[in-house]
Amino acid sequence: MSNVSVDATESAHNENQPENNTRRRFLTVATSVVGGVGVVGAAVPFIASWNPSAKAKAAGADVEVDISGIEPGQLVRVMWRSKPVWIVRRTPEILEELSAHEDKLKDPNSEAEQQPTFAQNRFRSMKEEYLILVGICTHLGCSPQHLKDGAFEEYVEGVPDGFFCPCHGSKFDMAGRVFQNVPAPLNLVVPPYQFVDDTNIIIGSEAEA
Amino acid sequence: MNAFLGWIEDRIPLMRVANMHAIQYPAPKNMNFWYVFGFLATIVLVNQIVTGIWLTMNFVPSSEGAFASVEYIMREIDYGWIIRYMHSTGASAFFIVVYMHMFRGMIYGSYQKPRELLWVFGMFIYLALMAEAFMGYVLPWGQMSYWGAQVIVSLFGAIPVVGPDLVVWLQGDYVISGATLNRFFALHVIALPLVIVILVFLHIIALHEVGSNNPDGVAIKHKKGSLPESEKTKYEIHEYYTSKYDIADDVLPFFPHIVLKDLVAFCVFLALFTYVLFFAPEMGGKFLEHPNFEIANPLKTPEHIFPVWYFTPFYAILKAVPDKLFGVLAMFGAIAALFALPWVDRGRVKSWRYRCGLHKVNLIVFAIVFIFLGYLGGTPQENWKIVASQVATIMYFGFFIALFLYSKNENTKPVPERIPK
Repeated sequence: MSNVSVDATESAHNENQPENNTRRRFLTVATSVVGGVGVVGAAVPFIASWNPSAKAKAAGADVEVDISGIEPGQLVRVMWRSKPVWIVRRTPEILEELSAHEDKLKDPNSEAEQQPTFAQNRFRSMKEEYLILVGICTHLGCSPQHLKDGAFEEYVEGVPDGFFCPCHGSKFDMAGRVFQNVPAPLNLVVPPYQFVDDTNIIIGSEAEA
Repeated sequence: MNAFLGWIEDRIPLMRVANMHAIQYPAPKNMNFWYVFGFLATIVLVNQIVTGIWLTMNFVPSSEGAFASVEYIMREIDYGWIIRYMHSTGASAFFIVVYMHMFRGMIYGSYQKPRELLWVFGMFIYLALMAEAFMGYVLPWGQMSYWGAQVIVSLFGAIPVVGPDLVVWLQGDYVISGATLNRFFALHVIALPLVIVILVFLHIIALHEVGSNNPDGVAIKHKKGSLPESEKTKYEIHEYYTSKYDIADDVLPFFPHIVLKDLVAFCVFLALFTYVLFFAPEMGGKFLEHPNFEIANPLKTPEHIFPVWYFTPFYAILKAVPDKLFGVLAMFGAIAALFALPWVDRGRVKSWRYRCGLHKVNLIVFAIVFIFLGYLGGTPQENWKIVASQVATIMYFGFFIALFLYSKNENTKPVPERIPK
């Protein structure tokens, strides 16, 4: 009985008085904003669950490599974060080549940030002899081939050693620097690494300064 | 019996919907060969869904198990090979009929007013289909699955600032991995099929609202009261259409006339489809590429990486541009240009039958350029192909630019009021 009378008064009230539009608008906006925040909050788990899992992050930890067994001129591959990392022991001849073709390179001075600061030099390495690169083409992620002892001359005249990407024909020299007029925009990535001693390196982190 | 049907009809409008959208739907009587591909696309969609469900019963979506489970399906499940080949051949068949369907829309101006949204829904289906096909191709976890995924996902890395983080987020790992495979599986079997089915539903609803176009681009619906009784159709057409318009004597009811025509096409299609299914399921490495018979190996790139044939025209455009970001933009721009077609074409005449000679040439050149780009994108890189793909890319976009320019003041032939006898 009392309910009925309340309803009756309400409707009478609405008919006789103008609606409080400001109040209604405030309530509509406030409800929408709170609802919107709720939707954003509810979306967080769905979006964040696409991030690498704890397991994937752990698999992305540093790797230690013994480099004492690498012959001069040889390339060895190790896995770091499931990516191929190349360790090349460059001979003095190869190191000399590096200065000869710099006019053919896109970024001979490694100005783009594709390496830790310690590797921003002609050799793109901490120790000249050892080149350490992520072996993934900066174009679309293929793994280039190591062509040595003149095999690379087929692709760049006068440069006997280098890396050639079979997917789209990108070319890199023996410091991972990209040649001009190829699809790859950047030099190959030098991962962060540090020498533990003369024969062991850790890939994945730099030495604390 | 009638009482029972009536009982149902009072509760759910089965016959009303069937009459409106199929049995008494007015279809132009001059629909030709080009008008079978929508029906065929529906058939292939059903094939993909049914075979897909059966494949899911034995497929193991993990980087350890995927490749072996596909071999298991092929070798140890009774008739597993036929179900898997129906699915893989169906994927290529889907794109063949969809490309034909799209080209039909282009030559007869089926995207023009009032069918813009119909075209846009169709383009969204095409986009969803490309995503669906790409993710499906990753699932067997062969070499081409892996490296193809690598190439496509890293396209997003070209986006300035957020690109590299976006790639890690999409992959769920620092590289393409089992995490990527699992999420692609979820999207491939649940999310995208749902999206595609909903889009197909919207596509058909939009089609039936504006009505089917035809090879003459002549309207079959006329203003109410504009046609004398003698020129109205004698067939029984649903009142949804007749109450709003005068339907000319140029139509046939969808059932049985159009359905029977489509069934003939279905028989021809089945003959071709089963030939491929039984005698050339790999299509010489075009439908299933040879490196995909080797398990994914992140440390070894196949000598040549190509996407499956239906992506190669866009892949050629990507490769033609010597800058990564602009290459990606050009590739997506090539698809965006198709979306914009209803607004790029400023002409009022729909069918190429009544449009200028330049338009016919433009359309045929576009089709040839598209196929040529497909060839360039699907064969090993050679020096002449770089220039060729750059020229072809310019010609691809040139189609749209030319169309935009000449369609404004085009020299067209008079379009008949009614479908010519």
